[in-house]
Amino acid sequence: MTRTTRRSFLGQAGLGGLMIVSGAGWGDTASAQSTVDLPLPGGPDRRAMTTAFPQKGPMILQRTRPPLLETPFEVFDRGVFTPNDAFYVRWHWAVIPTEIDVASFRLSVRGHVDKELSLSLKDIVDGLPRVELAAVNQCSGNSRGFSEPRVAGAQWANGAMGNARWMGVKLKDVLDRAGVKPGAVAVRFAGLDEPVVADAPKFMKSLSLDHARDGEVMIAYAMNGEQLPLLNGFPLRLVVPGWYSTYWVKMLDRIEVLATPDESFWMKSAYLVPDTPGANMKPGQTGLAMVPITSMVPRSFITNLKGGETLKAGAKVAVRGIAFGGTTGVKAVDLSTDGGATWQPTVLGKDEGKYGFRQWQTEVTPPAGDLALMVRCTNDDGLAQPMTNNWNGSAFMRNGVETLQVKVA
Amino acid sequence: MKISLATVGFAVPLIAGLVLAFIGHPVVQAPPQPVTASAPAGSLSAAAAPPATSGFVLNSVSVELPTSDTAFPGGAKADAITANCLSCHSAGMVLTQPDLSKAAWTGIVEKMIHAYKAPVAETDVAAIVDYLQETKGAK
Ligand code: HEC
Repeated sequence: MTRTTRRSFLGQAGLGGLMIVSGAGWGDTASAQSTVDLPLPGGPDRRAMTTAFPQKGPMILQRTRPPLLETPFEVFDRGVFTPNDAFYVRWHWAVIPTEIDVASFRLSVRGHVDKELSLSLKDIVDGLPRVELAAVNQCSGNSRGFSEPRVAGAQWANGAMGNARWMGVKLKDVLDRAGVKPGAVAVRFAGLDEPVVADAPKFMKSLSLDHARDGEVMIAYAMNGEQLPLLNGFPLRLVVPGWYSTYWVKMLDRIEVLATPDESFWMKSAYLVPDTPGANMKPGQTGLAMVPITSMVPRSFITNLKGGETLKAGAKVAVRGIAFGGTTGVKAVDLSTDGGATWQPTVLGKDEGKYGFRQWQTEVTPPAGDLALMVRCTNDDGLAQPMTNNWNGSAFMRNGVETLQVKVA
Repeated sequence: MKISLATVGFAVPLIAGLVLAFIGHPVVQAPPQPVTASAPAGSLSAAAAPPATSGFVLNSVSVELPTSDTAFPGGAKADAITANCLSCHSAGMVLTQPDLSKAAWTGIVEKMIHAYKAPVAETDVAAIVDYLQETKGAK
């Protein structure tokens, strides 16, 4: 993957609705040289751009400790695979090992199994069949900063997502080695990161046993052909295709087969969405059943134009971007220039796998005036992005049709 | 800083090449590819597959993570939040938040204490909420 130099980064900073400005940041400032303004309604919109994080190029600094680093949006115009050094970063707890020794690292498999395992990286890489899969990893709260009324949490713009070609082994193969005992219902995952305070809830997530054994969930040791950056979960990360990133446990070092449902904090009390269509509710609405967030919904973005830019009247202009379908592939991406009254199809790029980004492109020849470009993805299940965004108290699962306003003169 | 689109597309030759290839043949669609976990030949059937010998090599990693020196602004008014709210996350967690109601800020501080076990002195809670309300309260 190409490493972005500072020069090429600055050269591309105009895309995606971002604008580089100089001056002090409002948030953390880890040796920042420049800042970026995210167009978040009501602000604060200024963030430092940082190059201070290991194995990372320029990233939008949302929080230094534990790191929350957002992918600059222009990266998504460069192709469907998000370079490792630009892949977003999200941790919950600040005790993150900064040294990993590949010889002594072990992945344990315990709980309701016939035989407990302690696997070395060699056992995993050389001893189990290798699988590869392209899949989008997206934070449950990607785009939270656009939610109105605003809600607390990481104030991401649209860059808490990325697509990579993941390489590793099937979780099923690992579970089969341990031998899941009858009566098991779920599998819980945890990594090397630890809470700062001793009695605080360690970050752990679980999947139903059937999901864990579906043959698609994998334990990845590489992304885009290289070992994972430490901040993306080196040496092992769970990959749960089609599901939000909260399940993709980083620095995975323990797998626990459970005979009873997982009642721990991060399944029972966090990452919950209202059990309503599109996880939508009214601000202040009460009495709704809350359920764990699960699979992703379709989204699409324009990546080669930025909001507010001026196009030439009567001239053909290419419009392109990326889309993903969630749990299934992209069937169609359509563009509207009349507020959603009519839609024109776009041409889809190469299919790299149903869980990944798919590029799309089309052309418009706009007359002079204001132009609103709307883009809508429909997935292979026929599920299309809604015209209006959902709202919930955590701003999870946002996926409304995006509108980009440009001028034509 | 504004740079024309042309500059952008060509900033990284490899990527520009990919983008151009895509633009150059807009009507040529690659046939859909198999979509499930596709593995190198031989590795889909666990029984038959020999252990991968092409040996993907993992290397030990040692890195340093930056620390934040961002302080809560406001002088003495920030004493309570500085004393209680920087152990688990840097100030950016709070400073990037939008303006929220006093009820929302109270709820957040309570959540830190009860859900995340933040060791906050009971006597500091009011001062923290007041600070948040004053600096980041919904008007
Ligand atoms: C014991 C550790 C700890 C302490 C101390 C702590 N927090 Fe947090 N805080 C967390 C965790 C864990 C999260 C969620 C982390 C994440 O999402 O990355 C969080 C998240 C937040 C958020 C984002 C909103 C949310 O609900 O996720 C805000 C705002 C916040 N904390 C404010 C504060 C304030 C104000 C204080 C001081 C009273 C404080 N924190 C002290 C652990 C702590």
